[in-house]
Amino acid sequence: MSGPVIKCENVYKIFGANAEKMLKDSNGNVDAKTFQENGCIVGVNNASFEVAKGEMLVVMGLSGSGKSTLLRCISRLTDATGGKIFIEGQDLLQLNNKDLIDLRRNKMGMVFQSFALLPHKTVVENIAFPLQIKGVKTKDSISKAMDMVKLVGLDGRENYFPRELSGGQQQRVGIARSLAVEPDIWFLDEPFSALDPLIRKEMQDEFLRLQEKLQKTIMFITHDFDEALKLADRIAIMKDGIIEQLDTPANIVLNPATEYVRKFTEEVPREKVLLIEDIMDKTKDNLGDLKVSKDEIIENVAEKILTQEKSVAVIDNDNNIIGSIDPAKIINTVFGGRKNNI
Amino acid sequence: MEFFKKYPKTFQWLFLLVVFFALCFAIEVPETYKFIRGQAEFVKDPNQSSYVFLGKEVRYYAFDVFWRLPPLLGWLPIWINDSLFFLMNEWMPIEVWNEDTQEYKSRPLVLQISRNITAFMTFLIQLIREVLLGGLETIVAFTSWDWIDKNPWAELPGLPWTIVAAGAALLSYKLSGKGLALFAGLTMVYISIFGQWKPSMQTLSFILVAAPLSFIFGLGLGIAAFKSKRVEKALYPILLVMQTMPQYAVLVPALVLFGVGDHAAVIITMVVAVPPMILLTILGLRAVPPEVIEAGRMSGCNNFQLMFKVLIPTARRDILIGVNQVIMVCFSMAVISAFIGAKGLGFNLLLALNQLNIGLALEAGLCISLIAILLDKMSLAWANKQEDYFGNLTFFERNKNLLFFAATVVIGLILAYIGTFLFKDTFNYLFEIPHNKGISTADFWNKGVDWIFETFFVYIKAFNTWLIQEVLQPMRALYLRMPAIATIVLVVGAGYLIGGIRSALVVCGLTLFIALSPWWDRALVTTYMATFGVIVSCTIGFTVGTLCFQNKHSANFMLGVCDIFQTFPSFVYLIPVMMLFGITDTSVLIAVIVYATIPATRYTIEGLRSVPAGLHDAATMSGVNKFQRLTKIEFPLAFPHMMLGINQTIVFALFMVIIGAFIGTEDLGQYILKALSDKKGAGIGLTLGICVAFIALIFDNLIRAYVQKRKKHLGID
Repeated sequence: MSGPVIKCENVYKIFGANAEKMLKDSNGNVDAKTFQENGCIVGVNNASFEVAKGEMLVVMGLSGSGKSTLLRCISRLTDATGGKIFIEGQDLLQLNNKDLIDLRRNKMGMVFQSFALLPHKTVVENIAFPLQIKGVKTKDSISKAMDMVKLVGLDGRENYFPRELSGGQQQRVGIARSLAVEPDIWFLDEPFSALDPLIRKEMQDEFLRLQEKLQKTIMFITHDFDEALKLADRIAIMKDGIIEQLDTPANIVLNPATEYVRKFTEEVPREKVLLIEDIMDKTKDNLGDLKVSKDEIIENVAEKILTQEKSVAVIDNDNNIIGSIDPAKIINTVFGGRKNNI
Repeated sequence: MEFFKKYPKTFQWLFLLVVFFALCFAIEVPETYKFIRGQAEFVKDPNQSSYVFLGKEVRYYAFDVFWRLPPLLGWLPIWINDSLFFLMNEWMPIEVWNEDTQEYKSRPLVLQISRNITAFMTFLIQLIREVLLGGLETIVAFTSWDWIDKNPWAELPGLPWTIVAAGAALLSYKLSGKGLALFAGLTMVYISIFGQWKPSMQTLSFILVAAPLSFIFGLGLGIAAFKSKRVEKALYPILLVMQTMPQYAVLVPALVLFGVGDHAAVIITMVVAVPPMILLTILGLRAVPPEVIEAGRMSGCNNFQLMFKVLIPTARRDILIGVNQVIMVCFSMAVISAFIGAKGLGFNLLLALNQLNIGLALEAGLCISLIAILLDKMSLAWANKQEDYFGNLTFFERNKNLLFFAATVVIGLILAYIGTFLFKDTFNYLFEIPHNKGISTADFWNKGVDWIFETFFVYIKAFNTWLIQEVLQPMRALYLRMPAIATIVLVVGAGYLIGGIRSALVVCGLTLFIALSPWWDRALVTTYMATFGVIVSCTIGFTVGTLCFQNKHSANFMLGVCDIFQTFPSFVYLIPVMMLFGITDTSVLIAVIVYATIPATRYTIEGLRSVPAGLHDAATMSGVNKFQRLTKIEFPLAFPHMMLGINQTIVFALFMVIIGAFIGTEDLGQYILKALSDKKGAGIGLTLGICVAFIALIFDNLIRAYVQKRKKHLGID
């Protein structure tokens, strides 16, 4: 499959009685304020982006920014008011109910903030639920679900009911359930927001491990900027329904597009986010003996670099020198950016 | 003036009261006005005025319009009645094949439908009744009388009482545990030993048909209302009226449509029991978290799978609480529908009450209450039961209860067989103890009643006279003294002040309906009795509730008592008061007070409990004493919930006032009772029922508007 897995073109979602007519009249220039005066609430405002196969796009925004609404448009839990959404080239909004159900049964999985487990089914029955809905035989679905139980590390608890599990364990069940049909596209709607910080970190690591193994195409919703930085290939920052900036974590930290984005990046420890590649110079003169890989996170090599007097060579995967980095540059990156803000 | 500016509401209320009293004093009582004669008795009297509307002639005593409005809706009951008869006897004749005469016969559609439903219901009731008690009509329905004559073995023998008792105990054990199992066993043994087995099983079979049917219809309509806004909007007003309509009133139209007997009772019970089921279904489905629904959708559920595999199982508890409600309504109807010929305990109870045989009434009442409590506890236990996982158990462990039941069936049969040898000459007590062959305590109770009467007669009589002469009569006179226009102004004004223009309009419409019906005076009497009951009930309920709330154990105990009292079918309350006070208004009022105190107490305790614990701590840290905490913190915050309690109290009180007609009152209930024995009573009964429902809805509307405002103000939901 070539081309993007998910592709959005000018997607709008507006709540209200005569939303569609108002959108048509506005010619694509949606102003939230005028809409609100007319009794409409703008959820998603002109969102266009693509997600490639195996990529993880994290949508970050505070509550009410429209990030969950955007996700629900793409999973068609709500119908977008305007624009086009393509899933693997298929026009999502044109699908009839039967095709949509087929798509969800085979291609999509979703994890929810409040876990959304069925209270009357055990762990293994919950995980087998999407398979059984699809019509897989009970025996096969249970054995497949058991594999999933092992994958998320809940063996021995398969016959527990959701009420008997902790939050973290419940979300593991939610994750296992969403993966049971082996979907290509994985939606996660603030999956770790309801968990306490220690469990959250554990689950994030677990999630990264899973993704390494499974290589799904992912849309991940969060309101936690640190979580976004930690997980994302690319981040979309949303505010009032508008995508303010969509870029790699490094670019967002280094070149915030708007004042709003900059506020988020201020407190971010750069050395934990940026790679050597992001701050290196192209010059290759006056190099010392030390070489560092371009894919290293600054924090990991900062100490080594700072003990050098000369610039340090930056190499790519084939050991070719592609640039250099000065110790002063490291100091400037880690502490320098903040001086301006005091 | 400073005062009025500070409290504009107080000023408005004062103004309203001034207008009300001014109207009361300005409008004189017409000389011709006599309450007992009533306004429209449908007797010809030269003093009556009359008008013709839609071809129906309405006769009434005309008064000054300000004093009593003319019964402009007087044609409605006649019209309803005529339409019903037209529907039943003339509308849409269809050809029906008659098996006996072998020819087609013309019959109206509605009559035919009603006959078919009736036949179906009768069959269901017969089937269950014969499984429990034995008989041959079900077999005959599939074969013929000739066949059963040749094959007498096919007659259903009925279950020995030992098996039913053991079955009930086992089921209770599975649902709840040892305590309930013991209670179930003892109840069944009690019923059997005291010779109430047959009527009890008749009542049970009635409930076993009515409750599941109500459940199915309620669930179906609830789902439809959940899925479609339009259905919900159409259902909502009907539900509101049905919830406040006295159950008596629905009996009358059912009588016309379905005749007399168990089947009519089942149908009418469904009419009453379906609305709470619908409401609880909608409530339960609404409470399913949206994310669970989305999870279902993302799992690829189609609509059907979403409803039956995700929504309903998740809303299981609320739906089962609905089942509990249905069962409770069924019990209360089991007694009331005895008026239209339902057999069983209710019928015995009514008969005994009619003969003033308090002892017999008490026995039947006790039985029906015990079964009601048992089924109530069982269905609640079912609702609260968490599912267990059975996958890894052995066959024996999984089907333990079934196996046990099979064993009891065998043992019961053997016992019954042994019984045939033991009791050769008498009845087989191990199979079924016949009515009036058991131990009867009726004589004991009757003697007790006589003793109470002889001993305390003077005091009771004195109390009675005092209450009637000093309190009730003046209160009634005051109510009747209100000119219609003054009452309407008061009610509408209150509606406007509490809920704004919308509330005022709704209340105005409801009041006008009653005022324009021929029974305004009777409605005033109903209201006076209900008001008296509500005032006393609320006083008792608030006091008892507040006192019990002071201690956690006493609060729990009181809630338990409320639960049990609420389970009693409403008719049962009449037994002890008739025992003590005989046939007077006092009896009715005391029954009203006892019955209506239940919600008042319950809501007080629940309201006080709902005050957040954090506030308690905050208050304690501010150094309040117990009394201050109660008056400054708990009462203000619990008040909205307590007001809902008053709302319930009013509905309960009205119900009991109407049922009190059985003892003899002069209000709307009496007319409903009369309509029951009137061939043309259907329209009258229905209109009267709507009048009572509207009285309740007026208060309901005002109280709800107030509570909503208050809750918004306090920021609680």
